[in-house]
Amino acid sequence: MSGELFAFLVLALLAILGGILMLNLTKVIHMLLSLVLTFLAIAGLYVMLSAEFVAIAQVLIYSGAVTIIMIFGIMLTRHNDEQKTRGNLTRNIIVGAGIVLFFFTMYFSINQVSFGDQATSLHVENTKQIGVELYSKYVIPFELMSVVLLVALVGAIILAKRDDEEEAEHK
Amino acid sequence: MSAIPVNAYLLLALVLFCIGLFGALTKKNTVIVLISIELMLNAVNINLVAFSKYGINPGITGQIFSLFTITVAAAEAAVGLAILIALYRNRSTVQIDEMNTMKH
Repeated sequence: MSGELFAFLVLALLAILGGILMLNLTKVIHMLLSLVLTFLAIAGLYVMLSAEFVAIAQVLIYSGAVTIIMIFGIMLTRHNDEQKTRGNLTRNIIVGAGIVLFFFTMYFSINQVSFGDQATSLHVENTKQIGVELYSKYVIPFELMSVVLLVALVGAIILAKRDDEEEAEHK
Repeated sequence: MSAIPVNAYLLLALVLFCIGLFGALTKKNTVIVLISIELMLNAVNINLVAFSKYGINPGITGQIFSLFTITVAAAEAAVGLAILIALYRNRSTVQIDEMNTMKH
């Protein structure tokens, strides 16, 4: 067994383990923290796929920012919420059956897939390649993305802001 | 050189996508539903990065697409959380099956 295969197996097992734990734990905060394991394992997979910049962005944004913002969401609402029952059993079975069907459909279609060669120059100055492409070929989507982020920022502030008139009515 | 076939990455992404889909459809807490959607977006990112190395036209484009996906996912998480807090202020619940009316 080569080292590359071993690293892939360990990272894939960690990623799936985090997902399974998310489905089975009862406390909400534990579910969230088990998904951090999945996000970190996916960052390791990006390094194996010679995408170092995307791996760093994954660690910073997903296991840093998104997880922290979700923890804020839990702490500001019901911070010791638990999923007590297993939920609606018939609905779980129906959803599970549909997902198993979807899984096998996709599995049979990706099983035979194989492409010939692989890119060899992706790991050479990965960040520089991404920067050159972003500022030459993809400059308009890049600028549009800044507009999306600005709109999301303003929208989040307006949505979460306490309404002044409504506040006056309650008093 | 290529010890791991591209099928392995696609299969892992499929498993993660199925876990995220199951979580998003069956969990009760809204925060967990939101983070399950993030997990599904992550599975898509694995596919994009795998195709950028092993695909039919290998190149840097897949990694750039995955960066755009990460940005949109972060914006979606922020707006989703703001909606959740506004709903919690009005309805004082975080259970997704109790959020079934648009007006209060």
